[in-house]
Amino acid sequence: MIITKEKPLEEILGFLAPYTNVLVLGCDGCTQPPRGLKQAKIYAMLIEMAAELKQKVIKCKAATMAMQCDNYLCLTTLTSQLNGIDAILSIACGVGVQTLAEVFPHIPVYPGQNTVFVGSQERENGKLYERCKACGDCLLGETGGICPVTLCAKGLMNGPCGGCVNGKCEVPFEIRDEKGKVIKTVERDCAWYLIYERLKKLGRLDLFRKYRPPRNRAVSGSPRLLEVV
Amino acid sequence: MKNIAEGKFVYTGELEPHKSTDLSDVIEWARTLKATGKVVAANVTDNPQSVGAISSLVASYIIQRETGLETIYQLRCSDRNRLALVSDLLGAAALGLRNVLALTGDHPKKGDTPEAMPVFDLDGTQLVELIHKMVYEGKDLSGNKIHGPRPQFNIGAAANPNFKPLEVEVLKLERKAEVGADFFQTQVIFDVNIALEFLDAVNHIKAAFLIGIFPPRSYKQAEYFAKYVPGVQVPEEFLKTFEKISELPDKNERRRKIDEYNIEYFTDFIKKVKKKPACKGIHIMAVGYPEVVGPIIENVEKG
Repeated sequence: MIITKEKPLEEILGFLAPYTNVLVLGCDGCTQPPRGLKQAKIYAMLIEMAAELKQKVIKCKAATMAMQCDNYLCLTTLTSQLNGIDAILSIACGVGVQTLAEVFPHIPVYPGQNTVFVGSQERENGKLYERCKACGDCLLGETGGICPVTLCAKGLMNGPCGGCVNGKCEVPFEIRDEKGKVIKTVERDCAWYLIYERLKKLGRLDLFRKYRPPRNRAVSGSPRLLEVV
Repeated sequence: MKNIAEGKFVYTGELEPHKSTDLSDVIEWARTLKATGKVVAANVTDNPQSVGAISSLVASYIIQRETGLETIYQLRCSDRNRLALVSDLLGAAALGLRNVLALTGDHPKKGDTPEAMPVFDLDGTQLVELIHKMVYEGKDLSGNKIHGPRPQFNIGAAANPNFKPLEVEVLKLERKAEVGADFFQTQVIFDVNIALEFLDAVNHIKAAFLIGIFPPRSYKQAEYFAKYVPGVQVPEEFLKTFEKISELPDKNERRRKIDEYNIEYFTDFIKKVKKKPACKGIHIMAVGYPEVVGPIIENVEKG
C-alpha cells in the first residue's frame, strides 16, 4: 500500500486561501492510513473552522472515490460534482493529485498529504514500514525475501557493511515532526544481517556468498512508462 | 605490493587531510612516516566518517609529490556514481598514483553533512571490480574502452575482523578477492586474539592482509574506541594502563609513558600476528601521532 502523512493544516490553508468553494476528495484505493470519506469530512470541518478563525470563508464539500489514480474513474465519477468548485484538495497519494490535475486542467488541485513510501502496516502497534522502492528489478528471490534496495540504508548489493554491529544498522529509523525535524530515532536491524540469517536457515549461504554485480540503474530511472497491451 | 611480492613484511601509515586547502601539517606527518625508512606507503582518507574534507585524489598527489612517500588513495562510493569514479581513477593514474583503497564509505548521515544524497551507485566490492576491469581489461563497467595505456593500480579493500559472526566477514572477503582485491587493510584491532583468529579464518583467501592498529595518543582516545567505535573491542588491561597514565600530573611524563606503553604493547602485538602466514604487514593508523610509528617498527625488527 501507499503510505501518506498529513500535511500541516497551515500549509493546506496557504494553498486554499484564494478559494471559497473547495472539494476535499478522499480515495478508497490503497492509501494507508485510510484517506476515504470519513477523513475527507474531518479535513473539510477542520479547514472551515480554521478559516473562520482567520475571518475567512471556505466552504468545503467532502467526497471520495474508488481510485484517484484511474483517470477514467476520475472523469466519470467527478465531472458532475465539480459545478461551482474553485479548487480540489486531494487527500490521496501524489499519483491521485497528478491524475486529477491531468483530467481537470481548468481546476487547481492541491495535495493534502505528503506521500512517503510503499510499505506494510503493523496493525496492533500502528506502525507503517517502508518495504518496496519500486526499483523495477526485483531481487527478492535471491535475498531470502528481504529487500536490500529498500532496507539497507546504502542499498548495498554485497553487504553487510562495517556499519552493522550486533546485527543492527548504524543508521536508525528517524521519526520526524511536521517540519521534517528528527524527534526520535528507533533502532533498526541490518538488512544484510537478516538476509544472512535467513539464507543460512534455508541452507542457501551460496546465495549470500555470490558476488552481485552493479545494478543497471537505467531500469529504475524516472519517469517510466509501462505499456500494457 | 612490489614489496609484498618480494616477501617483505610491510608497514603502511594513515594520513587524514582536513576540510581545508592547507595540507602542510599532513605533509609534515608524511615526512615523519617517510623518515622511518620502513613505512612503504600511507593511506590518504576520503571524507572519513562522512566528514567532508579536501579531495583525497588531490591530497594523495600533493603528498606523494612533496614527500616522495607513496600514497594509497582512498576512494568511497558514498559520494560518487560510477561515471565520477572512473573519471577520478583515470585522473589518479595520470597523476602517478599507484594504489587505491576501494571503500563503500560511511553513510552521509554519520557525518557533518547529513542532508546530502547518499550515492552508493556501487558498493565497495563492485568498486573493486570496476578498478580490476580498468587495470586488466582497459574497460569501464559498461565495457567502454579506455584509450591509451591502462591505469596501473594495486587494488586494496577494507576488512573488518571485529564483525560478528566472523563467517559473514570471511564470505564478504572471499567475494572481494574473487573480483580482484590484491590487498586488504583491516579496521582497528586492539585485541591480539581477534587478529589471530581472523588471520586463521582468512588464510585460504589469496590476497595480502595488513592488520590495522591505532596507537592512541591519550586515555581519551583509547576510551573513545572502547565506548564509541562500534564493534571495536579494547582489552580492559590496555584501557586501565592508559587510565593510570592519564592520572600522572606531569604532562611530559604522561606523554613519555604513553609512548612507552604503545611501543611495548604494539611491538608485542605485531610480533604475534607476524607469525601468521596470511599477515603480510601492518597498517598503523597513528593519525596525527606519526612519531610513535618509527620506534614501534624498530622494536619489532630488533626481534
